[in-house]
Amino acid sequence: MINRRSWFKKSAAAIASVPLVNATFAATPSAPLDSTKVLGTPPKEVGTRSGFEKLERLVYAREASSASATPLELLNGIITPSDLHFERHHGGIPTIDPDRYALLIHGLVDRPLKFSLTELKRFPAESRICFIECSGNGGRAVLGRGAPVAEEVTAGQVDGLFSTSEWTGVRLSTLFDAVGVKRKAKWFLAEGQDSAVMSRTIPVEKGFDDAMIVYAQNGEPLRPGQGYPVRLLLPGWEGNAQIKWLRRIDVSDTPFFSREETSKYTDAKTDGRIEMFSFVMAPKSIITSPTFPTVLPGKGWNEIRGLAWTGHGKIAKVEVSTDGGNRWRHAALQAPVLSKGTVRFRIPWQWDGKPALFMSRATDELGNVQLMPGVFADNRGPATFYHNSAIRAWKVDASGRVTFGQNELA
Amino acid sequence: MKRAALLLLLIASGITFAAERFGLGTPASADDIARWDIDIKPDGAGLPPGQGAVSEGVGLYDQLCLACHGENGQDGQYDQLAGAPVPEEFATTFVKRTIGNYWPYASTLFDYVRRSMPQTQPGSLTDDEVYALVAYLLYLNGIVDADAIMNSESLPRVEMPAQSRFYWSDEVAHLR
Ligand code: HEC
Repeated sequence: MINRRSWFKKSAAAIASVPLVNATFAATPSAPLDSTKVLGTPPKEVGTRSGFEKLERLVYAREASSASATPLELLNGIITPSDLHFERHHGGIPTIDPDRYALLIHGLVDRPLKFSLTELKRFPAESRICFIECSGNGGRAVLGRGAPVAEEVTAGQVDGLFSTSEWTGVRLSTLFDAVGVKRKAKWFLAEGQDSAVMSRTIPVEKGFDDAMIVYAQNGEPLRPGQGYPVRLLLPGWEGNAQIKWLRRIDVSDTPFFSREETSKYTDAKTDGRIEMFSFVMAPKSIITSPTFPTVLPGKGWNEIRGLAWTGHGKIAKVEVSTDGGNRWRHAALQAPVLSKGTVRFRIPWQWDGKPALFMSRATDELGNVQLMPGVFADNRGPATFYHNSAIRAWKVDASGRVTFGQNELA
Repeated sequence: MKRAALLLLLIASGITFAAERFGLGTPASADDIARWDIDIKPDGAGLPPGQGAVSEGVGLYDQLCLACHGENGQDGQYDQLAGAPVPEEFATTFVKRTIGNYWPYASTLFDYVRRSMPQTQPGSLTDDEVYALVAYLLYLNGIVDADAIMNSESLPRVEMPAQSRFYWSDEVAHLR
C-alpha cells in the first residue's frame, strides 16, 4: 500500500535497488600499454567524459513526477556539470520550441508585455554562480520517523537534490521596470509551461532584489531539465519556487496560494501550525569525501572535503568534528566564497584506525548556524521533511568502511 | 542597501534608467492574457462560469482519477486525497496529509485540478467537470454535503478545516 508520500517512499526503495555503477554505461575502454606510442584520436564537435569515469545521477523513479540527484561524492570544486544537475519536476520535462516561446508579464503593471527569447537575450545580461537546492533535499535524512535512516547511502543520495551552476540572464527588476510594476504590487505568480503548469507566488521585493530570468547555464543554453528555454532564478531560495519553463508572471497584491505553497513545501510544526513561504535555504554543509561507499585504506592521513552554502549570503565558516561533535576545527574555505553560491571546504584528518563519527557545521555571515538534528527538529512535526538543513554525520568503522552516521545523532 | 543608495544617487543626478529605452517586448492583448491566465485566488478571483455537483463528480472521479488516487481518494498509487485523520492529530503523529487536513483553500483545489490533472491528460477537463470533481473531493473529505453544488459563488465560501493552521513565515510577515 503506497500512500500520498509515495514519492519519497518509492524513491527510498528505488535507491536501495539502484546499483551504484549502472550497467547502461559503455564498456570501459582499453588503454594501450604506452599511450605515447599510439597516435591519439582527432577532436570531435562535442566532447565526452573519459570512458574510465562513470558519473551519473541517481534517478528516483522513472516517472514524470520524479527526481534525479547529483552524485555529490564524485565531484570536485563547486560547479555541477550541467548534465549532472539535479532535477525535480512534477509533470515531466516539456519540449518547448524556442521560436514560439514567449514570457508574458501582466497583472498589476502599467504595460502588460510579451517577450520573445530573442528579446530577453537582448536585455543587459548578467551572470551569477548560485546553488539551487530542492526544498525537499535531505528529506531522507530526517530522524525520528520511527525507523532509523538508511546508512548505506552516498552523499548524493542524502543531499544530491542540490547543484551549483553559473546562470546567465536578465535581472527581473529590469523586466519589472519595462512593464511598470504598480506600487501596490506585493507578490507575483510565476508559472511554468510544463504539463503541471507549476506555479508559485513570490514576493515582488525579491524580484527587485536579485531575482533573474535566466536562459543559460554554465555557458550553454539551459538544459531541458533545467527549464529550457527560460527559468526563474531566485538566489538562495528553495528550488521549487524557481519556476522552470517560465511562461507567465502575474503581478498581484496577495499570494495565490498555489498547491505547491500550501499542500506541498510547507512546514508543519509541533504546535499544529503550518508555516508557508519559508523561502530562504538555511546554512548547510555536507561532507562529500570520505563518504559511503569509500573504504579507508588504513589509518593515517585523509583530507575531509565537503560543500557548504546558505541562502542568506556568504558562508562565514565551516567547522568539522571527527570525534562525534565534541571538538570542532575550522576547515579551510576555497576562494571565492560567493554570496548564495557554494563553497568547497577541506580539512586534514589523521585517522587513528578506530571507529569515528565525523561531521561538518556551517555558519553564515548573519550568524545562522547549522543545527544538530535534535535541535533542528524541535519545533517540527513528524509529517515534515522539507528544508532539512540539520548537521549530517558519517561514521567509519575499524575496518575503514564509511557509512552515513546520521542515526548516531538521534 | 548598496543598490538602494546607488539608485538614489542616480535619480539625484538626473540620470534615470527608464526601462522603456530598451524598446523590447510586445504589448500583450487581452486575448493573449486570457489564453494563459488560469490562476485562481481564495476569494474566487479567476473562477470561470459553470458549475458541478457532487453527484456528477463521483462518476468523473471513478473514470478519470480512481486508477491513480484510489477508491474514495484513499490508498491509491499517488497522493492521498481523502480519508485521513483530522488535523488535530497531525502535529504529533505521522498522519497522511489530505485535502481535508492539509489544504487551506478550496480555490487551490480548483486551480490545481484544472491545470494539472488528470496527470496523463493535463488541462483536458471542462470547467464544469472541474467544479464537479472539486465538489466530490470536498464531499469525500466531509467538508460539503452530498447535495453540494460548486460554482464561482459557492466555492470561495467553503471553509477548509486546516485553514486556521496556516501562517506566513517571518520572511514574508511584513507583506500581510
Ligand atoms: C496517471 C495517474 C493520475 C491520474 C489519472 C490522476 N492523478 Fe492526480 N496526481 C497524480 C500524481 C502523480 C500527483 C502528484 C504530482 C506531483 O508530484 O506534483 C497527483 C496529485 C493530485 C492532487 C494533489 C494532491 C496533494 O495533496 O497535493 C490532486 C488534488 C489530484 N491529483 C487530483 C486528481 C483528480 C481530480 C484526478 C482525476 C481528474 C486525478 N488527480 C487523476 C497522478 C494522477
